[in-house]
Amino acid sequence: MHEFSLVMSMLDLAEKAARADGARRICAIHLEIGALAGVVPEALEFAFEGARVGTLAEDARLEVTYLPAIAYCATCQSEFELDNRFGIAVCPSCDTPSADLRQGRELQLAHLEVEA
Amino acid sequence: MSVPNTRDVKVSPHGTVATPGARVVQVQKSLMTHNDGVAAANRDAFRGSLVLNVVSSPGSGKTALLERTVRELGTDLSVAIVVGDLETDNDAERLHAAGAPSVQIVTGTVCHLEAEMVARAVDQLDLNGLDVLVIENVGNLVCPAAWDLGEDLRVTMLSVTEGEDKPLKYPRIFKDADAVVVNKVDIADAVGFDRARALDAVRKVAPGARVFELSARTGEGVAAWLDYLREQRRLKAASVVADGAAAPDAAVATEPG
Repeated sequence: MHEFSLVMSMLDLAEKAARADGARRICAIHLEIGALAGVVPEALEFAFEGARVGTLAEDARLEVTYLPAIAYCATCQSEFELDNRFGIAVCPSCDTPSADLRQGRELQLAHLEVEA
Repeated sequence: MSVPNTRDVKVSPHGTVATPGARVVQVQKSLMTHNDGVAAANRDAFRGSLVLNVVSSPGSGKTALLERTVRELGTDLSVAIVVGDLETDNDAERLHAAGAPSVQIVTGTVCHLEAEMVARAVDQLDLNGLDVLVIENVGNLVCPAAWDLGEDLRVTMLSVTEGEDKPLKYPRIFKDADAVVVNKVDIADAVGFDRARALDAVRKVAPGARVFELSARTGEGVAAWLDYLREQRRLKAASVVADGAAAPDAAVATEPG
């Protein structure tokens, strides 16, 4: 249940950004989560429901965009999307395993929707 | 909310406002920003020591391997341990008995270690002249994955009793591993462990990781693991000396926090 730690960090960043912008209410929080970030959506929602009480984001929507995992093949010099959820990155063109993950670990607070 | 198939997700352009009357504030910051900052300070404070972050399920044998590591590596290198558990200081006592200064972090309900917990724990250790610092994470293959503690090497362990497909079930924590340790090989036959299948799973998920098959209990295969630590320690010391020559001021360690 590390999602609670993530949500606390998210609310901290969101409130700081909203206050710096002079906002008094956060309407929506937009997150980007990589496919290999190890986040359980239900756990994230559950943690958010509890943690947002008393913050500027008390009534906010949580909008999550899930990003596919992308790896780089040094042999073909090209990126490819992982076609499985096991984190196996084998180049579809040349069958070489890749350890070079270019996308998929993201835990990013992208932007907020706020009101003054 | 169900787990989406990420291939079907359409990424909306940043700045789309769905709430009438609202305006967009761009943030573009990682949720790990604070932790990563503390981890960087830890890395500065750890400058002279090789630092490992050891992760596995509960019961894979992290503490047993570290006990043996302390006993056998301790003859030529100084080793200290920081160990995290939800409750009890049993592991720190075991490691202390093996001969290493050990600090227990009791996390309570927290399922992983964070950089700040490690920063507070190492305040109780003398890092000066320390060769190897091992951080034994909370037994958990999910939650510790995202938290950088300031380590040089991430070591992910599994044991032969856990199933050959463990790396496929917990890809992130294996993918980020610099080394993968397969423990309890002394009982592999008794539990019907399919070695080829397990190593294939490790190689697929973590093609760049060094793999060590060993038994912390009998000592089989442990020599290669200790040689790896000695080699990594030499590389770290050499890189610190090289950095120090380039920037003499960098020898002053930054306080974490």
